[in-house]
Amino acid sequence: MSGFKDVSHLFRFAGLFVIAFLVFLVVRVYVVPKSFGEYGHYRAAAIGEIAAHPIKFAGHQACESCHSDIADTKAKGAHAHVNCEACHGALATHANDPSSMTPVKPDTLVLCARCHTASAAKPKGFPQVNPADHMGGVPCQTCHNPHSPAIGSDTGKGAAAGGTK
Amino acid sequence: MSGVEGYMYPNEVTLYWSVLIVLYPYITGLVAGAFILASLERVFRVDAVKPIYRLALLTALAFLLDAPLPLQFHLGHPERSYEMYFTPHATSAMAMFGYVYMWYLMAVLVFEIWLDYRREIVLLSQQSKGLMRVIYKIMTLGSNNISERSLRIDEKVGWIVTLIGIPSAFLLHGYVGFIFGSLKSNPWWSSPLMPVVFIFSAMVSGIAAVMLIYMAVTKLRHQKIDMRCVDAVAMYMFYIFIIDFSLEMLDLVHRIYEADESFRSLDFMVHTKLYFSQIVLQIFIGTLVPLILLFLTQVGQFGEIARKRIYVLCGSLILIGVFAMRWNVVIGGQLFSKSFLGYTTYKMALVTREGLLAAIGLTILPLFFLWVLLKLLPPWPKKEMQEAAAGD
Repeated sequence: MSGFKDVSHLFRFAGLFVIAFLVFLVVRVYVVPKSFGEYGHYRAAAIGEIAAHPIKFAGHQACESCHSDIADTKAKGAHAHVNCEACHGALATHANDPSSMTPVKPDTLVLCARCHTASAAKPKGFPQVNPADHMGGVPCQTCHNPHSPAIGSDTGKGAAAGGTK
Repeated sequence: MSGVEGYMYPNEVTLYWSVLIVLYPYITGLVAGAFILASLERVFRVDAVKPIYRLALLTALAFLLDAPLPLQFHLGHPERSYEMYFTPHATSAMAMFGYVYMWYLMAVLVFEIWLDYRREIVLLSQQSKGLMRVIYKIMTLGSNNISERSLRIDEKVGWIVTLIGIPSAFLLHGYVGFIFGSLKSNPWWSSPLMPVVFIFSAMVSGIAAVMLIYMAVTKLRHQKIDMRCVDAVAMYMFYIFIIDFSLEMLDLVHRIYEADESFRSLDFMVHTKLYFSQIVLQIFIGTLVPLILLFLTQVGQFGEIARKRIYVLCGSLILIGVFAMRWNVVIGGQLFSKSFLGYTTYKMALVTREGLLAAIGLTILPLFFLWVLLKLLPPWPKKEMQEAAAGD
């Protein structure tokens, strides 16, 4: 029995590990979400929670159902595959009730430069300019129609002003 | 864009891994190095380093307690950090690091220190008064058995724990190197030599830190520095430093000779943005100068005072050099574009969560931990400690 007595303190230290491990397991039961691991290494309930978020984007079909003139102009130009809300922002609220809010027109000096500022990493065929040299502070829509940007297609303020309500 | 030269991809302009991520491998390295120094006495029976054995263990513990804090400061939501341990994924290097850390903290360091101090803890629990008595009582875990046989068993178990501790220390710091070395997308980091280089530089920095702390603490206690011990520590530090230097040079030569597509970009970075921290601080001041000085102490005959001064200078330069190495790895790896066409700049903030002041605070904090540990578990020769305990 005295043989055990001389090693009993080691068992006490080992007991600390056992207690720590048990505490870990108990805490784990409480802090790991119930749906964790149901489908994969994530919380399955997150899918429902994310799906419940209000929809913010209306989709280009919704825009085109009212602004058909703009849609026609856009379909013929280089921006045919750029979605409306890529430039105008998420507008589900406006699409659901047009009178509830009026979308703010983007500042073309900022918006156009975001894609068309020259950079070595962009493909050679992609239209790109040095904004300071190219327009010197004059808004892009003075010369380009943002919905169909090739010069001569349909330029000027009227073209960029938007379509019918 | 200010601070950007050439072309950077948008997500490369800002550095996400700050000075705190430099601090993290640095502090973890000091832990590994201090423990390896302690193991010299325990496993390899180098009697000369006996006076530093306990101090090395306590230093390792003090720095280990500090090691995860830079990561916590870095996280946007530190309160969620526990989640990766409760739902660990086998591909998460950081989750695995947490387990290695806990293993090293509890099963190696705390257990070994407890075994080594058990006799003193029991005696102090009987001799102390008030709160200290309660603390020591808790530390005994309710066992007052300090019979000769039980202490002999402790000695044997302690030896085994140290033996397990050596690969654990390598694993702990190897893992830090692995986290960088395994990032195949970054040519500055991606290298199988990275964990090995990290381990050896960690050993050198840890030994230097313990040597400096030993000399400073002994001086503060108005005691005589055991030069036989410091000479032996410096000798081992020199030998390991040679291996570390050779490995780093091997890595460098390998990169230069291989000269893959990233080489010109990285070479340019080393000669411009990293010139001071890599060439001047890391290689020249932090490696060549201390190596030459340590070499001189090995071959020449110097007086005690001269040796002390050289060791203090070498230790300080090594700590600066290894910190510069961590800086160059962590910060350097984020300064160049993966397009190899541009470079960004790291602007260190001053009074922010990841700024200079936080980094200084987290560097000093382990010294405070060590001060508490030294008060609680004095590593001085047992006779002296018992006299002090009896005098309380």
